[in-house]
Order: sequence, then structure tokens, then C-alpha cells
Amino acid sequence: MTGVEQPKLTKKDFKSDQDVRWCPGCGDYAILNSVQGAFAELGKTLHGTVIISGIGCSSRFPYYMETYGFHTIHGRAPAIASGVKISNPELDVWVVTGDGDAMSIGGNHFIHAMRRNVGLKILMFNNRIYGLTKGQFSPTSPQGKVTKSSPMGSVDYPFSPIALALGAGGTFVARGVDILGPHLQDMIKRADAHTGTAMIEIYQNCNIFNDGAYKGFTDKEVRGERMLELQHGKPLLFGANKDKGITFDQNFQPQIVTGADLGKAFVWDECSPSPAPAMALATMDEAHFPVPIGVFRRQEKPAFERGVLAQIEKAKAQKPADLKGLLYAGEIWDVQ
Amino acid sequence: MQGTDSPTGLQQSTPDGRPIQELDQVVIRFAGDSGDGMQLTGDQFTRTTALMGNDIATFPDFPAEIRAPAGTLPGVSAFQLRFSSFDIHTPGDAPDVLVAMNPAALKVHYKALKPNGILLLNTASFGEVELKKAKWAADPRRDGSLDGYRVIEVDLTERTKEALASTTLDNRGKDRCKNMYALGILYWLFHRDMQPTEKALAQKFAKKPEIVEANLLAMKAGHAYAETTEIFQTAYQVPPAKLPPGTYRNIMGNQSLTLGLVAASQKAGVPLFLGSYPITPASDILHQLSGYKNLGVTTFQAEDEIAAICAAIGASYSGLLGITSTSGPGVALKGEAMGLAIMAELPLVVLNVQRAGPSTGMPTKTQQADLLQAMYGRNGESPMVVIACSTPADAFEVGYEAIRIAAEHMVPVMVLSDGYIANGSEPWRLPDVDALPPITVKFAPAITDGSKFEPYKRDEKTLARPWAKPGTVGLVHRIGGLEKQDVTGNISYDPDNHQHMIDTRAEKVARVADGLPPMQTLGERTGDVLVLGWGSPRGAITAAVMRLQKQGHKISAAFLRYLNPLPKDLGELMKGFKKVVLPELNKGQLAMMLRAKFLVDVQSYSQVNGQPFTSQAIEDYMSKLLKEIR
Ligand code: SF4
Repeated sequence: MTGVEQPKLTKKDFKSDQDVRWCPGCGDYAILNSVQGAFAELGKTLHGTVIISGIGCSSRFPYYMETYGFHTIHGRAPAIASGVKISNPELDVWVVTGDGDAMSIGGNHFIHAMRRNVGLKILMFNNRIYGLTKGQFSPTSPQGKVTKSSPMGSVDYPFSPIALALGAGGTFVARGVDILGPHLQDMIKRADAHTGTAMIEIYQNCNIFNDGAYKGFTDKEVRGERMLELQHGKPLLFGANKDKGITFDQNFQPQIVTGADLGKAFVWDECSPSPAPAMALATMDEAHFPVPIGVFRRQEKPAFERGVLAQIEKAKAQKPADLKGLLYAGEIWDVQ
Repeated sequence: MQGTDSPTGLQQSTPDGRPIQELDQVVIRFAGDSGDGMQLTGDQFTRTTALMGNDIATFPDFPAEIRAPAGTLPGVSAFQLRFSSFDIHTPGDAPDVLVAMNPAALKVHYKALKPNGILLLNTASFGEVELKKAKWAADPRRDGSLDGYRVIEVDLTERTKEALASTTLDNRGKDRCKNMYALGILYWLFHRDMQPTEKALAQKFAKKPEIVEANLLAMKAGHAYAETTEIFQTAYQVPPAKLPPGTYRNIMGNQSLTLGLVAASQKAGVPLFLGSYPITPASDILHQLSGYKNLGVTTFQAEDEIAAICAAIGASYSGLLGITSTSGPGVALKGEAMGLAIMAELPLVVLNVQRAGPSTGMPTKTQQADLLQAMYGRNGESPMVVIACSTPADAFEVGYEAIRIAAEHMVPVMVLSDGYIANGSEPWRLPDVDALPPITVKFAPAITDGSKFEPYKRDEKTLARPWAKPGTVGLVHRIGGLEKQDVTGNISYDPDNHQHMIDTRAEKVARVADGLPPMQTLGERTGDVLVLGWGSPRGAITAAVMRLQKQGHKISAAFLRYLNPLPKDLGELMKGFKKVVLPELNKGQLAMMLRAKFLVDVQSYSQVNGQPFTSQAIEDYMSKLLKEIR
């Protein structure tokens, strides 16, 4: 804007002067760090970036970023962010939300942002619990979760945010983990490069109300065996020695293959025209299969705001604005 | 029909020698099945009559269901219009002419007809089945039910079919033209020019010339029928009204409100963004604005009411004029988001085209019962500017004013309209575009010297905070729904700051009153009775008060466009009268507000039946009151 080449900002430049107020040890710190790092590496400007959040622990995020920030109301961040992006498509608009905010109270806005393909980047911190209200089960908590509001275990079935995003027509759907910084930064950069809506589900540990929710597959000792990193064009392999693979039967049921069958491992295509393989991975049972991270689906589709803008430009070209003409239209008559 | 002793008397006559009587006003009601095209018929009569220079007011009365079963009472759709040779304020109380296309329409509306009024019936629809559907025990034409009316029976269906014998339309298509046959009859009866309708239909059905031809044939046949058959002994003429000089256009309330918003956006040089979710009776605002893309208007049909207002808030945050249009149930859903806009101190316009509640209520009927919701329907101390339009033409100014206040004061503004204004129409004297009041919008300039931007540093006069567009260098800042420190905008739980911010937000709204013009009165500023009004009862109040003034009563009227903040001289004005009465289509909401604020014994005159006030009802009420206090 000043016309002068600005020096590239560093990670520190993206830190605001506000004290970070998450509980010590919360996974949100690591995510904040990854976002600041990725933004610096992407060469973003402070003034060109807007971060919009809803309500919840994660939604405190904008206060800690030295960009434009709007901490709004519960569940509504995608709707407000859509208004921002459509009004000024040049802005770089990020939504920070959580599993309660985006999956429960704001579910409608989440799916419709996905459907419209507005150029928003949605970071959904999934800690499988309500943190800010001090520990009730969320729509992603496993069934039977004992919490303050479910002393005998929750009866609710959880859903997979990835499956929901895919079902809603999401054009960029990915998953990262708070403690896997480099991988998460990579996801953030890839989301940034996407033109339409990009959604990253980020597994985040709430060490106060749901500590160790992801321990079973993210801990260093088990990670190799229990996680599956999706890589475009590469077979779905996992295991410490990459000696296990995933394939699908004719009903799209995932199967684990080993040994001589390893060659049957499904070659991952994040741009697959069908969402079926991504959906199959998104709904894989955590107890029996490894947990996938990476890009589930990526599809190039014109972004919503561009379509809106194109119509306005077309209308302007066809019929230049003329206020007098607008008012003095239709059947008019003079009274002397 | 109130005949006046016209200066020309009965000198004029039709070509075949029937007299043409001059009248000063006529009220016509078209009623039929929702498929009978009554709205279109009424609309055509209205356009023609407006172009002929009469003053006119209209009242469409839609059925609740889109397509209720044909011939049933709930399926009846009506359109009332009143035209005159003088300035009128309402679409009239009782009609002089009722066109009833079927027994159901007759059943619903005949009792409203004036004694000796003209009743035009389509005899083709008076078979046994139709009578039963309309719940007539016997044929009303035969059992004396219609005594005292001038009943004109025409087989509109058969006559239309004959007139269209040469066309290629099938029977169903021909039958759909019978409304135009009826229109032709009325055009003859009231000496109307057929040309405007010819033009309008040619435009409306440009792609279907056979439809245009059939409709016009039917209309002309109806006209010729009235001329040749002598079903009427007299034709009537209503001379043009003496309206103030200017260029006029007939306008409906939703349309005029929309134009006001667009005009304000053009004047301010800031584009409009509408976030909306379809809802009766506000959807036309969404439709209209989606057609103004060439004026830079963005419309966003959101997934729900909440998303609609949230997107508008996002737009305002980005530097556009965010608006959202809805009706009462939608406002209920938007409450939390309005609170956010109040807290974030962003411009926003919420349009509430009120309908009869509570809950789903009667969506196609009118009411003014959302005033307290507009005033107080949010959590916490969350004052909002509330303004109301009172007639279809007035809605233009109110839309314009809403944008001006929102943008200049950095506040959300609620506009209250209602179904009666939204769908009613009247001639609108077009404003001089260059003379529209200026709207000054200042966006915060970029900061390049490293100093810190203060998002809540206020304008001394209005207390407005700066409008900072994301994308501007040096203005990065964080806002949100949490209480914040004044000036810096940082989150603050400090008790003194919270008290200060609540007081400041209230004061900001109160200061909107600083720039308001003094209140106008209809009549003297002192007297026996002051009738206060807001919103759509204005027309009925005006008509009633003018009649009472003519009778020599010391009665005046005043109308409130600004409901929050109220005009500063309202308290003084009320003191000048022995009695203040407030007719409103709710259970006395504004009356309660005024009583609380001014400790004045405002008397509420309430009506909540889904219908507008008639001027007669208001006149009767006031007459009684005037007698009591004498
Ligand atoms: S409650 Fe949980 S999610 Fe919230 S800040 Fe504390 S650790 Fe983080």
C-alpha cells in the first residue's frame, strides 16, 4: 500500500502485545505458534489478514495475532467471515473455531460455508470437549464420555468433522495435530494456497478437561503404528517400518494389508473426483484402524465471492449506476 | 360513492347518452380466488388511475396460503384501492364497489360493502358445489342476503370465452383472462383510459404475445359489454387530484424503502451489502436489491436469519453498509448478533417489516407489535436507534435516514415497517436527487508513522468510533463482543470501565436526537386532544383528525418517525393537550414507553386483529373521547 517493498515479516511480528491466557500446557499454544510461523513464511502482511473467531477457548485466538481480528459470537464466525470476504475478496480471511463452536451451535454456518466455497480458511480446533464452559461433552466426544453433564457417560454418538465437511461439499478438507508442528504448518500453507473454503481439523489437547484424548495415537511411541499420513500420489502406508497398508473392498470398507499384499495399498489421490475414498478414511473406526492426517480432499472450484463480484461487474458494465434514472423509473407523471 | 355537486353537474354523458356523474372519490375492492389474478387486476387499475392524476391508496389483502384449495374461504385474495380528486391518506374503509369472482370472495367481503354499493358477481361460479365450498347454506343471490346492494350479475367466464373464441388459448388459458374482462367493465364504469394497461401487459408478457393479445381482447370485450348492455345506468368520473406540483410515481412500501437505502448508499459513496433470509412480508426487499447490482449492491441469501445479519456485520466491518431485512420472527433470531454490532459499534441497518405475531402468527397480516422487541429484545443494556416509516412513500426517507444515522453515528439502526406499508402503494412525489441530504462517511486513514491505532477513540460530537477498514496499513486491531476498554479496545473487566462503556453506548444513541428537526403537528400545538401515531396508522389518524378538526374540535395529531431516541420536544408538545391518545396496532407498546418516560397519562387505543385501523374507527373513538372531556 505504501508502494515500498516491505521487508518480510518474522514470526515475532505476528505476535500481538496481549498476554496469552490459555491454561498452561494447552494445545492451543502450539497451534498459535504454527500459525505465526506459517504466516511469516508465507510472507503475509499484518494489515491484509483478518482472523475471525466465534466463542470458546480457541476463539481467543485473534487477540494474540497482530493482524485484524474479530472475536464474534458463538458459532457465527463463518457467517461473519463470509460477509467480510465477499465484501473485500482481496483480504486474507481466517476463521478460528472449535468443535463446540463449529460442529454444534454453528453447524449450519459451517456446512453452508463449505457448500458455497467462500474463500475462507477455517481452523477448527477439535479437543472433543467444551473447555470454556468447564468440561461438558461435545459433538465429537466419543460415546460414553463421562463429563459433568454426562456423569453416566454420554449417550450421544459423535460425528467426524471431516466427514461432515466432505458431505457438505468441502473443496479442501485436511487434518493436523497440535503437537505435529511442521506437518500442521504444511497444512496451513496448503490451505492458504487453496482458492475456496479450506478447512483444517486440528486435533488439540485440552489438558484440563480432556487430557490425553489423542494420546493413543499421537504419542511418540505409538505414532508410527497408529497414524496414517496421507500423501498425494503415494500409497496409504503406515507402521513404524511402513509395512502396513490400507486398501478398500468393493463396499469401500477399509482393509489393512501387509506382507505380499502391501502392493495393493490404495494410492492416495486427494483430487479424486469422488469423495468416496476420503469419506471412507474419515469414518474409519479409530479403534481398529490408524488415524489419518493430511489432506483428505482438494478440488479446484471457483470461489463464491468471485462469482458474486463478477455478477456485480457485469451488471455495472451493462447498466451504469444512475440514481436519478433509478428513482425516476417506471410510469411517472408530472403534476403542474 | 360520495358524489359532489360537480361544477359540471350531469352535463357530460357517454356516447350513447348515459349520464357521467362526477365523484370526488371511489373505493373498489377486487376479491377472488388466489388464482383469479385479483392482485394483478388491482395493480392495473391503480397504475392507470395514478397516471390519470388521481390520488390513490391501495391495500392488498393476501390469503395466508400460497394456493389454498380453489373456491374456499381461506383461498380468497383481495385488493382494495381508493382514488380521489383530493389528497387522501388511506385506502378507504368500506368499498363502493365489490367485484366478487366467486361465492367465497362474496362471503368474505360482502358485509364490508357500503349500502347501495355496486356488487359485480361472476355468475359462472355460483353452482351448488361452489356455494357449498364457500359455506353458503343457500344461493345468496336468491335468499335476500344481498338486498340493499346494486347486484350486477355477469357470466364472466362464458363472456370471456366468447371474446377469446378466435385465439389459440385452451379453455383454461381463456378462463384465466376473466379478471381482465371484469377490469374492462370497471374501466368503462369509471371512465378509465385502457392504454396504460395495454402498455403494461405488452411489457409484462413480452415473450408471450398470445397472452397479451388474449388479455387485451378480454379487457376490451368487458369494456364494450358495459357500454352496450346498459348493465349500468350511469358512468362515473373522478377528476384528477390537486397534488403538490412535481414528478410522481406510484410506489409500494418495500420498493420505496429499498430505493431509500440505495439512494443513501450512492450519496455516501459506500456500497450496500444485504444479508437476508426469505420471510413474508419482507422478501421483496431481497428481490429488489438483488436487481440493483449495477449500483454496487451485494445481496447474500444466507442459510438462516442469524447468518444473514452476521454476514451484514462482516460487511460493515469490512467497510460496506451492512443491512439485513426480515420480519419479527427473524428479528428474534438476530438478537445476539445485534448485541455484537452494538458492542463492536459498527453501522448496521436491520429492517423489520412487521407482521401479526406472536410466533408464526398471521404472516400476511399487519401489526406493530415488535416495537418493544426492537427497543429491548436483546440481552444486557443494548440500546439501539429505532425509526419507523408511516406510508409507502415515507419509507424512502426512512430508508435513507437509517443509513445516514448508522454510518454517521457508527450504530446499528432498526427500521420498523409493516405488512400494510410494505404491500400498499401511493403516489410518491420524487425527490430532487441533488437535494438529498449529504451523508458524510470518514474511514480511518492509514497510519504509517508507527503510532498505535485507537479503535475506540471517539468523535466528540457523536461519540462515534472510527470506521477502520481491514486492509488499511497501520490500523490492525482486535474487536469483539467482550467488554472492552474505551479508546484502546482491549478486553477489560474493570468495573468503572464497564459502567462508563454502558453509559457511553446509551449516550451515543441519545445524541442522535441532537440533529433531529422539531416535531410537526397536524393542527394547533395546544388543544383538547393530541393523537400521537407511529408507523402505518398515520393515514387513518390523519383522515380522522382532519374530519374532526373540520367539525370544530380542538384536536391535533403528531407522528413519530424517531422512536429511539425520541424527539427532544415531544414531552413539551404533550403538555399542551388535555389528553394524549395513541392508536397503535399492538397492546399499547409506545403508550407504555411514553408513560414511563414522561409520566404523562397517554391513553392507548389498541387494535390487534391483523387489520389496519379504519379512519372511521379512529374518528368514532376520538369523538367519544372529545365528548367525555368537554
Ligand atoms: S480449558 Fe482446555 S482448551 Fe481451554 S485453554 Fe484450558 S486447556 Fe486449553
